[in-house]
Amino acid sequence: MSEPGRSSLLPLHTKGLTLEYDGARYINAIDLTLQTETLTVVMGPNGAGKSLLLRLLHGLIPPTTGQVCWNGVAMSDAIRQRQAMVFQRPVLLRRSVAANIDFVLGLKGEAKRDRRDEILDNVGLLDFARQPARSLSVGEQQRLALARALATEPEVLFLDEPTASLDPASVLAIEQIVTRAHQNGTRIIFVTHDIGQAKRLADEVVFLHRGELKEHSSASTFFSAPTSEAAKAYLEGRILL
Amino acid sequence: MQDFSQAFVLAFESVFSGDADLIEIIVLSLRVSLTAMVVSCVLGLPIGAILAITRFPGRGPALVVLNALMGLPPVVVGLIVYLHLSRAGPMGSFGLLYTPTAMIIAQVILIMPIIAALSRQVLEDLNNEYAEQFRSLSVPRHAAIRALIWDARFSLMTVALAGFGRAIAEVGAVIIVGGNIDHLTRVMTTAIALETSKGDLPLALALGLVLLAIAFAVNAAVMSLRLTTGRYANV
Repeated sequence: MSEPGRSSLLPLHTKGLTLEYDGARYINAIDLTLQTETLTVVMGPNGAGKSLLLRLLHGLIPPTTGQVCWNGVAMSDAIRQRQAMVFQRPVLLRRSVAANIDFVLGLKGEAKRDRRDEILDNVGLLDFARQPARSLSVGEQQRLALARALATEPEVLFLDEPTASLDPASVLAIEQIVTRAHQNGTRIIFVTHDIGQAKRLADEVVFLHRGELKEHSSASTFFSAPTSEAAKAYLEGRILL
Repeated sequence: MQDFSQAFVLAFESVFSGDADLIEIIVLSLRVSLTAMVVSCVLGLPIGAILAITRFPGRGPALVVLNALMGLPPVVVGLIVYLHLSRAGPMGSFGLLYTPTAMIIAQVILIMPIIAALSRQVLEDLNNEYAEQFRSLSVPRHAAIRALIWDARFSLMTVALAGFGRAIAEVGAVIIVGGNIDHLTRVMTTAIALETSKGDLPLALALGLVLLAIAFAVNAAVMSLRLTTGRYANV
């Protein structure tokens, strides 16, 4: 989705990416390269550092040491403006569904009703346009948060467990929107600990455990022949401590 | 007890007979206090918003000072404003002493810190919810402040009401800078103080009841507005 005449954000390189708080290390020297085109799923048990890694890549928190470089350029506000993120718990403005979309379109100077209706229609929320955003079901709220993120036309979209605690129909709706966005050229980095969902979506898998990168491989390799003990245990359903 | 019953009768008689003097006092009270509230909101809400979303060296002491200013003694504020507006004061040439404008200035100084401090708390709570999303969307600071104030508007109405309540009930400052001049700067509270000092307790009580009724009416109006519009905004 990068505009003509503007260089792509990808590939992404991280070098020695480390995050510490109060002496505890949550992300431990991660070296990672993500190429263009693929849909990356970040997996791992609770506390593995998936959400923190996403926030570091999106520049929401600064690393203690190490670097995040997008196509050779260090993370900056200008780069973040070309990305979007959907959080596990949707954060919606205390306004109508339509006004939530208008807010981001307004930031880009594109607040037009046709565009907003098109965006809402894309996620099946056009009929709810005038409804208060917070009166929607959790699944619908997450679809609205996703629509708002996509309204910024991001080149890279981060999704931090967007389907956690949603019913299967809502999960399917979110996955369909994400797949469509990916097919339209948006680079997706998707966090989940749902193995089934990872199998449905992933082109490649980044597996974390205790803040360390344990495995980074294509989805077919990861699910058929994981190399790390942690990934093997996770896929076999054994408790990982 | 006889004073109370007399006061009720007198209050009803005065209001429903359309006593011109009383109406004038009520209108001036509302004009002064509502103007002070609006000015305080215009100044105080952005200050509260900036304190809510920015972090800078000295923010902690600034919050302590702001919170302490909520308890400003009205008489002291009145005296300070008096010294500034009196002929010999730095703003004496404006000739504002003993005018409604002087009363508004004194009330703004009293209630602006209340509005700024309470709105800071309301907006900071909302900002804690929005901050990460705003950062992700690269929302500029001025747009974030506007969004926070708009989305917290119903809670901020209550904050404004707290300021109005303080202003309409205040007597110490306005009597010093207004002078309680009949047909010019006499408001409900200064009239009550005057009638009490004259020993006309039923009239003072009647004025007090009218003041209470106004406070109830304004609060009820804002509350119903909040309930009606809040239902549509789902906040």
